[in-house]
Amino acid sequence: MLWNIFLLAFRAIIRNLMRSTLTMLGIVIGVAAVITMVNLGRGATIQVTNQIASLGSNLLIVRPGQRMGHGQRSAAPPFTIKDSEAIARDVPGVAAVSPSASQAMVVVYGNLNWSTNVTGTDNHYFGVRNVTLAAGRIFTEAELRSGLAVCVIGETVRRELFGSLDPIGAKIRLKKISCEVIGLAASKGQASMGGDQDDMVLVPLRTFWRRIAGNRDVTFIQLSARDGVSTTKVKNDVEALMHERRHISGNESDDFNVRDLQEIATTLTGTTQVLTGLLGAVAAVSLLVGGIGIMNIMLVSVTERTREIGIRLAIGALERDVLLQFLVEAVTLSSLGGIMGILLAVLASYSLSGLMGLPVVLSPGIMLLAFFFSAAVGVIFGYIPARKAARLNPIDALRHE
Amino acid sequence: MGLSQDNVIIDLQGVSKVYGKGVAAVHALRGIDIRISSGEFVAMMGPSGSGKSTCMNILGCLDTPTAGTYQFEGEDVSRLTRDQRALLRRHYLGFVFQGFNLLARTTALENVELPLIYRGLPAEERRQYAQEALTAVGLQGWETHSPAELSGGQQQRVAIARAIVSKPTVLLADEPTGNLDTARSLEIMDLLTRFNREQHLTVVMVTHEVEMAAYASRLIHFRDGSVEQDHQQDNLT
Ligand SMILES: Nc1ncnc2c1ncn2[C@@H]1O[C@H](COP(=O)(O)OP(=O)(O)OP(=O)(O)O)[C@@H](O)[C@H]1O
Ligand SMILES: [Mg+2]
Repeated sequence: MLWNIFLLAFRAIIRNLMRSTLTMLGIVIGVAAVITMVNLGRGATIQVTNQIASLGSNLLIVRPGQRMGHGQRSAAPPFTIKDSEAIARDVPGVAAVSPSASQAMVVVYGNLNWSTNVTGTDNHYFGVRNVTLAAGRIFTEAELRSGLAVCVIGETVRRELFGSLDPIGAKIRLKKISCEVIGLAASKGQASMGGDQDDMVLVPLRTFWRRIAGNRDVTFIQLSARDGVSTTKVKNDVEALMHERRHISGNESDDFNVRDLQEIATTLTGTTQVLTGLLGAVAAVSLLVGGIGIMNIMLVSVTERTREIGIRLAIGALERDVLLQFLVEAVTLSSLGGIMGILLAVLASYSLSGLMGLPVVLSPGIMLLAFFFSAAVGVIFGYIPARKAARLNPIDALRHE
Repeated sequence: MGLSQDNVIIDLQGVSKVYGKGVAAVHALRGIDIRISSGEFVAMMGPSGSGKSTCMNILGCLDTPTAGTYQFEGEDVSRLTRDQRALLRRHYLGFVFQGFNLLARTTALENVELPLIYRGLPAEERRQYAQEALTAVGLQGWETHSPAELSGGQQQRVAIARAIVSKPTVLLADEPTGNLDTARSLEIMDLLTRFNREQHLTVVMVTHEVEMAAYASRLIHFRDGSVEQDHQQDNLT
């Protein structure tokens, strides 16, 4: 009997192919939209989190001047190597400190040139920024101390200047100096915020001072907090130390700033989560619209269906035979729609994530949720009118206009 | 055949039906008494609004009377539950409606199979019986046509096939020829007469046409919700 009922329901679906398709379409689109949006949002969140992690573990950056929004800074005296040494010595919980100075310039190899950022720094840079080498080596003590013309280049610079050639040992020109490439940093991948992390050239700080900048300024200090140490605490300690060193009293405003990447990470993750929520909300509206579409189609067909129910009752169907048939029909339709929606969402998630360079995330929770919502909509609006009709006197159902 | 106490199949006593309430109340039936025996061919006539369809719907257990008792084969129908009445329809009654009432977009064969599905017959037997019923009404070759592809007469014959396929004891037909021309109508009447004679099927039919009523062995006249006349007659052929 159950098989019979299923067959009846299936026949009814086929018989009213147009109505069935329209009903399903609402569910398919609604489900696919919600799932895809949420998946993409999750992907973006993970992307941002990864990028921040790749910048360096527990990274803090100290710069002179106050941030005035949009990356502008008020003018302020730069730091010195003494400031950097003081931080390493006096602030507890610091793992490594790397004083740096940088300048944008064109680097040349053969007849190729590339505009990039050249940073003078020391070997702590690699630890603080989580940079590993793909080839070659980091600076030697001698190179750092005497400021020799050697450099480590990023993947982007290698690609632009060397193509398929081996860069190690080659000489590239930075301004007036000819600089030997001793190392190649492993790629960190394309960053969507904060620019391309592979687009860089590193030289010893002394080399930078003597051959490029012509002064002994430290334009920023990067430091990492030890594992398990609160970056907020380190940040406060660094601020206190710098107040003292730069003679800033309590009521004066700071002429430097300390950026805590952990803090930025939290903010950014929060932002993407809000975005995910927003996208999800928009998609939920489309699921709702899909649901209303289903409801409309079901309600429009209610007259015809009521007569059908009248006929079935008149020739001897029990109320529960009719109800079971309509229930099975509604469940089948909305489940089919839900499954198709999920398949479509998986497809869309893969292709859109690929297009947008995001990691693919499939969240089973939202898939289940969307599936059950669509099933519920289909069942409620397919079943309730049927139940109303099945409770009528057969003759009243037959007369229904 | 005649009226014998022993094989009374339908027994209406003081049956009334009131639609609506208060001043708007319509007394469609005002306490009618009708007894029909097995094997009779009854025609119901009367002016429009005299309560014929109301009476038929009550006989067919599609509607319930406001007052009075209806006994079907000695069973008091008003005491039955909804489901029991549905089972009674399923096993003993066949109904032919004035408006055909076939399922749209469903083939003639599937329409005729429908009552058998609810009887739980296996697919093979269902097909076979439905096929036989369609052949009996002269529609072999039209099995796969949907109602929209059939003429009025053909649709009515599908409806009759559906009503007789489950081998009911009583066939109730409300104006089975109401929408048909005389030639088609006479064909339908021949069919009903044949089932009545050959299969001992009790037939109760509503009609406005004297020609059709002439096929019946008994004529019941309605007026204003009451039985005005009820008499045996020599039926045609
Ligand atoms: N569902 C209903 N609600 C209210 N009044 C109804 C309903 N059905 C029938 N009536 C009324 O009951 C009375 C009898 O109707 P019925 O349909 O039995 O007449 P009839 O003899 O079959 O007429 P016709 O020959 O036109 O088919 C009519 O006055 C009709 O208006
Ligand atoms: Mg009528």
